[in-house]
Amino acid sequence: MDRRAARGRGDVMSEPLLESLLESPPAPGPDWLGALRGHARAQLERDGLPGPRNEAWKYTPLRALARRRYANHDAAASSRAVDAGALDLPGLDGARRGFVNGGYRADLSRLPVAAGISVEPIAPLLAGAADGLRTAFADPFDAPGQAFARLNTALANDGLVVRVAAGTRVEERLHLLMFAAGAEALAWNLRIVVELGAGSALTLVEHHAGDADEVHLGNIVSQYVLAPGSRLDLLQLQAAAETSTRIRRSAFTLDADAVLALRTLELGSALARHDLVVHLDGDRASCTSRGVFAARDRQHLDTHIDVRHRARDTACDLVWRGVAGGRSRGILHGAITVEAGADGTDASLDTKNLLLSAQAEIDAQPVLEIHADEVKAAHGATVGQLDEQALFYLRTRGLAEAEARSLLTLAFCRSTVDSLENAALRDHIDALLLERLPAQEEAA
Amino acid sequence: MLKIDNLHVRVAGKDILKGLTLHVNAGEVHAIMGPNGAGKSTLGNVLAGREGYEVVEGSVVYEGADLLALEPEQRAAAGVFLAFQYPVEIPGVNNTYFLRAAFNAQRKARGEAELDSMQFLKRVREKLAVLHLKDELLHRAVNEGFSGGEKKRNEIFQMALLEPRLAILDETDSGLDIDALKMVADGVNAMRNPARAFVVITHYQRLLDYIVPDFVHVLAEGRIVESGDKSLALKLEEHGYSWIAARRVAGAT
Repeated sequence: MDRRAARGRGDVMSEPLLESLLESPPAPGPDWLGALRGHARAQLERDGLPGPRNEAWKYTPLRALARRRYANHDAAASSRAVDAGALDLPGLDGARRGFVNGGYRADLSRLPVAAGISVEPIAPLLAGAADGLRTAFADPFDAPGQAFARLNTALANDGLVVRVAAGTRVEERLHLLMFAAGAEALAWNLRIVVELGAGSALTLVEHHAGDADEVHLGNIVSQYVLAPGSRLDLLQLQAAAETSTRIRRSAFTLDADAVLALRTLELGSALARHDLVVHLDGDRASCTSRGVFAARDRQHLDTHIDVRHRARDTACDLVWRGVAGGRSRGILHGAITVEAGADGTDASLDTKNLLLSAQAEIDAQPVLEIHADEVKAAHGATVGQLDEQALFYLRTRGLAEAEARSLLTLAFCRSTVDSLENAALRDHIDALLLERLPAQEEAA
Repeated sequence: MLKIDNLHVRVAGKDILKGLTLHVNAGEVHAIMGPNGAGKSTLGNVLAGREGYEVVEGSVVYEGADLLALEPEQRAAAGVFLAFQYPVEIPGVNNTYFLRAAFNAQRKARGEAELDSMQFLKRVREKLAVLHLKDELLHRAVNEGFSGGEKKRNEIFQMALLEPRLAILDETDSGLDIDALKMVADGVNAMRNPARAFVVITHYQRLLDYIVPDFVHVLAEGRIVESGDKSLALKLEEHGYSWIAARRVAGAT
């Protein structure tokens, strides 16, 4: 059947991106998964990629991306040689799982994991009945804005399943590496499923990196399910090449008394979009999020936060910092919804942003929607420039202007990491921030 | 060491300094006293190189060179230090990191070898002891959450560490209790030597009981209107600044 005709809509643009990716036959798998993949394809064929009128993509036009053609990753692409030394993160010398170009790499993984936790590549599971994964694939992604999640459902054939048994508190930090190697226009999809049993605890580092010139479209859907009383400490470090495209969706579901402590750094990619979706479904579930984006040159970094309070006495505390220089653009959309019945909610969003050039743009949009009683909610958003008083103070002590500016810019961003207990990792992130932060320009 | 001649400075379109002349030699301590709004802080800021202070007339020569032509960091490297009246809080910048960066930036600018962190820390501990500052302040962000007294002592601590040749103290005594005042004075007195000069800007005579100046100048309406030795400060304390104004009117007639 002609796909374009099947869309049945005259205004859907011709999209080489989807055409090139959906040419491949569906990956093999159990019937239930085949049905889901078919559904996701049909949705994509009907709706295409979201256009400028889609509110969720208002600040991130996809026209240029939609016109590009990509090759789906294959076994050869995923077995490409990479410099194993470049994959290390200081302070993380325990268990690691490595993916290259969307495929699992046993040789880049370090296997010791404690008792009570299982960490398995998803591909072999999907080749079987995979009944245990049904819930992880259950979200139909009905909104047209979720095109990339649909694409992921249609195509993802690798990824990871992490399960922590009830009551198990994993001491070791798990390092999950997603690396892109090679300069060709490659697309890959990964599906990450993390399930924490009741009262369990896990510390996870999600690390996105790649060759300096890679132009891959990496599309990652991660789903975290936190059972009652569990705790997840998650560091998301997106430091992919500044030529790449990364689309990520991180969805969290928290049951009663579950705790999510999230730190997110968005530093890499020419085009990055990250949807952070947090559902506080159980009473007293809480989420803290510390995040930063740093855009320079022509980078376009878009973060969409969607926190939903759906039970009593739930809490969220979101602190985000954004920096943009050059001709870059940073977007932070922070939506907090307090649903009916979620009485006693305590919600706050604080976003501060720094513009380092006259050509850069930052769009900070806090959105609060409250349908419950006895709710404490606060939000604040600012966009500004470096504090001239502080700058002068540093200079009077001998720091050159450029050095003083980068020190202040770093300081502005550090709130995401200054509470990290792992000193080696913290220092590494400081250094990475210093290297990636945009420089101040005249006429800012 | 420092020659300020007929200095006129405009801030936000308003004339603040109107012909200030002050000469400071190495080894001397000069106190600048004056009522609020006389231009005391403007003097400190213009010497340190703050933006927005427009020099419309006059000159400032430091060690034979035009000080006003230098950037703030170049002035620092040349040995000029301003202890701020209101030290700035800088969240996210670690105090030790900042001090070492500043210290080494100055050394580098002077063509001297930079200190490694062990050497630097040793030096820091020596200076901390003099000012009775807690070690813990080093691990905090610059001035963040410091009490008023801690901020002022931190300024003097920085001065002790950076060892400037010309130190300008801008109302370092304001807001200090007597114990903190003594610590600040001890810090300054320990640094007095024939090669170093101090300009101590203050509103009150009290500080000068502990830092005994060689010269006292009264700054009023943008100019030095009276100069003398330390006894001038005592007279001011006794009679108030209106005494100066009255004397000037009397002298004019």
